[in-house]
Amino acid sequence: MQIKPILAALRRHKAGTVLIVLQIALTLAIVCNALFIIQQRLAHLSEPTGIDEANLFVLSNQWAGEPMSKAQIDAQIRADVAALRQLPSVLDAAPSNAYPLRGGGWDTFIGLTPEQVQPTSDAAVYLGDEHLLDALGVKLIAGRNFRADEVGSVGLRENVIPPVVIVTRELAHRLYPDGSALGKPLYAMSATPSTIIGIVERLQTQSVDAWQQAYAYQAMLWPLRGAWSSGLYYIVRARPGQRDAAMREAPKALYAQNRQRIFDAGDGGSFAQIRARAYERDRGMAILMGVISAVLLAITAAGIVGLTSFWVGQRRKQIGVRRALGARQRDILGYFLTENLLITGGGVLLGLLLAVGMNLWLVVRFSMQPISPAYLGIGVLLLLLLGQGAVLAPALKAARVPPVEATRSV
Amino acid sequence: MFGYYLDLALRSLKRNRALTALMVLAIAVGIGASMTTLTVMHLLSGDPLPGRSQRLFYPLVDPDPTRKDDREPYDVMDYRSAVDLWSAHRADRQALIVQSDLKSSAPSSGLPAVKLTMLSTTADFFPMFGVPFQYGGPWRAKDDAARARVAVISSDLNDKLFGGADSVGRVLRLRDSDVRIVGVLKPWRPSPLFYDVAGGRFSNGQTADFYGKPEDVITPFFTGLDINDGHFQQFTCWHIPDTPGHLQNAPCVWVRLWVELDGAGKVAAYRRFVADYAAQQMALGRFSHAGNARLRSLMEWLDYNGVVPSDVRLQTWLAFAFLIICLFNTVGLLLAKFMRRSGEIGVRRALGATRGAVFAQCLVEAGLIGLLGGIGGWLLTLAGLWLVRRQPAAYADMMHLDLPMFLLTFVAAVATSVLAGLLPAARASRLAPALQLKTL
Repeated sequence: MQIKPILAALRRHKAGTVLIVLQIALTLAIVCNALFIIQQRLAHLSEPTGIDEANLFVLSNQWAGEPMSKAQIDAQIRADVAALRQLPSVLDAAPSNAYPLRGGGWDTFIGLTPEQVQPTSDAAVYLGDEHLLDALGVKLIAGRNFRADEVGSVGLRENVIPPVVIVTRELAHRLYPDGSALGKPLYAMSATPSTIIGIVERLQTQSVDAWQQAYAYQAMLWPLRGAWSSGLYYIVRARPGQRDAAMREAPKALYAQNRQRIFDAGDGGSFAQIRARAYERDRGMAILMGVISAVLLAITAAGIVGLTSFWVGQRRKQIGVRRALGARQRDILGYFLTENLLITGGGVLLGLLLAVGMNLWLVVRFSMQPISPAYLGIGVLLLLLLGQGAVLAPALKAARVPPVEATRSV
Repeated sequence: MFGYYLDLALRSLKRNRALTALMVLAIAVGIGASMTTLTVMHLLSGDPLPGRSQRLFYPLVDPDPTRKDDREPYDVMDYRSAVDLWSAHRADRQALIVQSDLKSSAPSSGLPAVKLTMLSTTADFFPMFGVPFQYGGPWRAKDDAARARVAVISSDLNDKLFGGADSVGRVLRLRDSDVRIVGVLKPWRPSPLFYDVAGGRFSNGQTADFYGKPEDVITPFFTGLDINDGHFQQFTCWHIPDTPGHLQNAPCVWVRLWVELDGAGKVAAYRRFVADYAAQQMALGRFSHAGNARLRSLMEWLDYNGVVPSDVRLQTWLAFAFLIICLFNTVGLLLAKFMRRSGEIGVRRALGATRGAVFAQCLVEAGLIGLLGGIGGWLLTLAGLWLVRRQPAAYADMMHLDLPMFLLTFVAAVATSVLAGLLPAARASRLAPALQLKTL
């Protein structure tokens, strides 16, 4: 295929060519970055939590009726979890102040010495009893679980620092990078030390918002029941495959204990619901970016079809002459495909520069990450294929121009 | 002449329906996307209190002894500093603000207890922010000092508990205390909820929650502290508080103060007053540093917090890049369309039409496409806003197309298409008539 006559023809259609090139360049820049944003959001929303998500559900329990004392609430919580553990469909249950992906909650600064002013790091706090590890389904990789006699309770306006804590591997590593965390102390904004007695493999924090990214997976478990008048969460782990049954039975079992409570339906629920709620915004953004990319590609394709159709119409006579002089249908088809490849290629080259520039700007303005070259590659391939696909229909039409066209009113 | 051009344009558009539809669609999609995001931006980045905002200021001091003057102070104040500045009454008006959650019921309504948000503030809050009342009115300044058990409720809560009836004088049970309702607000939705804005610089652009609804119940500041004692949340602490939830003496920041200052002289004087207060506290040994006092105006404060969510800003930029692509697309297609009519244009020119006339005719056609695209764009904008309203964001319920944005939709659509038509029209009007006639 001769490139020179194609370039000569394009030189006569500068405006149209430049427009298509610019359109392809901009489309490539946006689509590359959009794909990259989609990938980042999807990666974020599929981060594991480290718990047994398939069988877990959370009941948000608020106390109603006459105000109860701390001792009364604590006794009620013990009775409640005992009743939950009795259910045939329930594997284990524990009280807590929060659950992973709740969207915010208690976190505290941590230091390694009692008089430390600048904290070493920050960690989410999960209160619970000796069943919490099992109820969440997190894996203990070192040390031991809490003993029943270590579990206390904390009431309104009380500040209790537990003598023993269990931390995540992430947090253990942040505090003691040499891997010696087990048995060492930590100070949770207090002069009282808490000894690390266990390390769990992974447990996500309560918030996965951007400000928490630096502290992802840094969590600790405190052996305390939160006997607050405001209420608490029951984290319930069903036996495999029996989650729905357990979700039906658990509230009934708790009502049988005491009717004076409210279950907040908008908080907690099955872990699938919790996960969907926590990442709603990220999923929304990913979908939006997907739609924008699809519409952009469609518009660009339509633009290519429109302009090439016009060029074919304009050059019918020239095509006829070529055909009369012996060019085959294949040659005409090849001509338009090659022409499109040249135009798209130019647009893609310009678009790569634009895409990288746009990404740099996003990095500066929206603290996004630098784009990986794979997305540039995907974008380039996508647009080259799109261009060839879009030009095919007009090019086939051109190939069908009969040679006799050459004889008409030249 | 315009009517004739319009007729020609309509004929031309009808001749090639597919191409016309493509152009109209491109303009509609571009306009729809940009106007949707622009409307969201317009509603989120506006002034929450037009006419008042320039008189409202937000003072801050830095009570944390573990920090130095080289960092910005925390976004809210400790109890002692805020109450000291408030009780000095050095501004025209001043309101302390703290927000908390509690359970509440209306004994007379027969409805079960509900979880509410409570704003505890001082009497100046209402006149200072121009809060509109449906029934009753605000409490008086002496109620603040007397810790009176009174409350003002939002129109939403009044609808929920009392079916929208005049509930002034009714009793509301807040946690374990009874308060008497003295006022019911009209629907009031400042955007953003400026008096609660804080911590924006730590949120990495996830600031949609600044656009939530005002609190359900508003009580006098000290009354609220009594009623909900033990349930107050800190913004942050530099030591763990001895009595969590009861923060009056805790090493925590959790109270806000807003002041109204009329005139530059008063602003300068108040700025000096806040700085002097910090210096005096340092002299007394309560502060370790005093250079960290701030006084920002409301709009400066919103700006400092970067209240418009980064997702919204990103979407707006994207939508405009989108519009530019649609513009290029339309230029290309118009070029194709006008050039195809070279013969017809040649005849018109040969029969005496000037270049200007051909140019005008082409632009009328482009403008007509824009108008059609504008209608499509308007429908797409409505659809886009409907989608935004279904998002989980706190501002979702506020999204609607107001009159200026409605008009802007059509102006933008016609402007875009005329802009797109300029180059093709210029090319068409420069065609040499003789050459075109020869090939007819």
